[in-house]
Amino acid sequence: MNTSAVYLDHAATTDMTPAALAAITAQFAATGNPSSLHTAGRRANRVVDDARIAIAAAAGAHSSELIFTSGGTESDNLALKGLFWNRVNANPAARMILVSGIEHHAVLDTVTWLAEHEQAELCWMPVDADGVLDLQAVRALLEEHHEHIALGTIMWANNEVGTVQPVPEFAALLAGYGIPAHSDAVQAFGAVPTNFADSKLAAMSISAHKIGGPVGIGGLLVRRDVALMPVQHGGGHERKMRSGTLNAAAAAGFAAAATEVADHLAEEAARLSGLREYAVQQISQLVPEAVLNGPRDAENRGTRLPGNLHFTFPECEGDSLLFVLDMLGIASSTGSACTAGVPQPSHVLLAMGRDARSARSVQRFTLGHRSTRADVDALLEALPQAYERARKAGMAADESSIHTAGTGFTR
Amino acid sequence: MIYMDAAATAPPRQEVLDTVSPLLTRDFGNPASHHEAGHQARRAANWARAQVAAQLAVREEEIYFTSGGTEGANTAVIGGALGNPRGRVVVASAIEHPAVLEACRYLVEFHGFTLRLIDVTADGLVDLEHAAQLIDDDVAVVSVMAVNNEVGTIQPVAQFAALAHAAGALMHTDAVQAAGWLDLAPLAAAVDALSISGHKIGGLKGSGALYLSGKHRFVPLLHGGGQQSGLRSGTENPAAAAGIAVALQVCASQRAQGLGEGYGPYLIEKITRGLEAKHPGSVRLTGSGSQRIGGIVSFVFPKTAGETVLIELERKGVLCSSGSACAAGSTDPSPVLTAMGYQEQLAHTAVRLSFGRGIKENELSQVANAVIAAVGGLLPASPGAA
Repeated sequence: MNTSAVYLDHAATTDMTPAALAAITAQFAATGNPSSLHTAGRRANRVVDDARIAIAAAAGAHSSELIFTSGGTESDNLALKGLFWNRVNANPAARMILVSGIEHHAVLDTVTWLAEHEQAELCWMPVDADGVLDLQAVRALLEEHHEHIALGTIMWANNEVGTVQPVPEFAALLAGYGIPAHSDAVQAFGAVPTNFADSKLAAMSISAHKIGGPVGIGGLLVRRDVALMPVQHGGGHERKMRSGTLNAAAAAGFAAAATEVADHLAEEAARLSGLREYAVQQISQLVPEAVLNGPRDAENRGTRLPGNLHFTFPECEGDSLLFVLDMLGIASSTGSACTAGVPQPSHVLLAMGRDARSARSVQRFTLGHRSTRADVDALLEALPQAYERARKAGMAADESSIHTAGTGFTR
Repeated sequence: MIYMDAAATAPPRQEVLDTVSPLLTRDFGNPASHHEAGHQARRAANWARAQVAAQLAVREEEIYFTSGGTEGANTAVIGGALGNPRGRVVVASAIEHPAVLEACRYLVEFHGFTLRLIDVTADGLVDLEHAAQLIDDDVAVVSVMAVNNEVGTIQPVAQFAALAHAAGALMHTDAVQAAGWLDLAPLAAAVDALSISGHKIGGLKGSGALYLSGKHRFVPLLHGGGQQSGLRSGTENPAAAAGIAVALQVCASQRAQGLGEGYGPYLIEKITRGLEAKHPGSVRLTGSGSQRIGGIVSFVFPKTAGETVLIELERKGVLCSSGSACAAGSTDPSPVLTAMGYQEQLAHTAVRLSFGRGIKENELSQVANAVIAAVGGLLPASPGAA
């Protein structure tokens, strides 16, 4: 890549793997709408079918459970709105949604919309200082409100601090009351085991471009006894849950990437968590003030995403550090790519109990399929001076005077 | 094998692949990221937005990139109706694509709207007089497609827009089938929302562009990270956006050269004459003879049954369809032809030949001959014919 020498933002998006690129390129040369009945259509349909089987297998699901979408955001929207509408249709008194404060905006904004426009009631589940869901609290909430709960949602792994959640335990608790559970597994899928069938989830969101597939395609795994009201209406594709011409090329690319990550899950997790632990140890010596957020998981037990590093660098605006690091050739992030723009405190860290000031002083480094020890070493070399320079710029009082974006892009 | 189903999907153009290739490899960043890789992706997405805005002669802030035509139509119709509900009535033509009709039905089922359908004439023109009766002060959104996907009829969108605007309603046009053949600027100038799809014009599948007038409020269909001014959340796809931008540019330059203008009339003339000479009454053009785009040629074959012509054509190496690919495999007759007054049996014999401006001329004559031979082979020789 010619833009940044060292790319440590694989959680925002990662480049396509050679296998995914080859699969998608091969499909560009062919044509056909998978819904067409002629040979070109049937050929495209076989490509989609094969991709469906491969992706479902990688996610521990049956191929008939996979609904293709345009990405993680659409999957979350479809799961939450679809489940909510269907449950409310069956029981108008059940309008509560169990949700945590560390969710991705695709979940948070969707449930907020449901609350504002569809009379949903949000019931917040607490997390601990590491960002782990408090299952005891969930039990208590269920006991008290189960008759009014439409659904519950918990992300499988957090996109900012990398915390892996006890999803199967959560789903089992809800299943005890017959309440469907959804999980946004966009960051977890392909990084830690996420077996849909074993999880007892009703629905699980996944995305291709976070695992080395193309941007613009994702999936929602929907258990076969669950029906969802669609978000996107039309020709009736995908079990009538998601209309729109099926994208054979992107599906093939998604499948290639999914198969690769599933085949190498354990060894890649070991490799990346080894790099991560090396970085954690080195950073604690190079920048003693730095505080790792989320579980450290030094032994790679699966409590943190293997490629996720997330630190608080005290008295330093996250955006300043990002800017200086970028000048030094290191691409990082202050949190999710969606909220970058104005120095706002991370909602994830606030939910984990941090104060607004320290929640702004954070930096995320995420490793991916082509990250190496040399990339980590480059970070270790740049970080102390970058921190020094960014800290000198200080913290903005209320609003940042530092405009790192320069893109005209808001939010 | 000659592919005559461009209205269902077309392969990406070489110019598109050349442009998107670096965005799928080296410059893969997320436009929302604030490092250089993100800035690079942002520049690509901005470039694409500027190109599409220029093609539609609208402001860049009024262009949104979607996952395709279905999402675009859903956002325009649902987002427009919920953002500007007025008397909770939506009006659409009876021959709209399911992306529009099903979006309207969702508004009916879940938001208490009423749907009023505008009749069409026998030649597939949406009835202006009927529209005038249906569009009143209660109407939130009027949606009439610019070009019908099955019979290629060009609709007088500006006149429907005038009716909608006189009543205070928003006007959306599904321009998915128009994009490869018509100048989109006058259409965009007439309406408040216009949706197109990338893969029908040589862009990538999974890409769409949507014009939403900045003067009106539209409620987003997808909620999340707040990308694209909050109207369309979800990681932006610079490759898809750049692809649709290049595809529109190529279409515009082919249109400026007049490429392919005569292809539709040629096919209609040759097939009709060839069949009528031997088998009078064996072929009928569907849709308007004059108000149609050059890239959709559609017939019914009264003396044949079911989809036999279609199957015979595939055997002869011509891939085409009876109508919308979404409905392929359904045993129901085409709702478009039904709305135009065709009986079920006749509607089942429909064949749609659709192509882009770049199709080779020798392929066109092969297709015409194949249609004549396919239909002729299914009919007993007519005793009265010369």
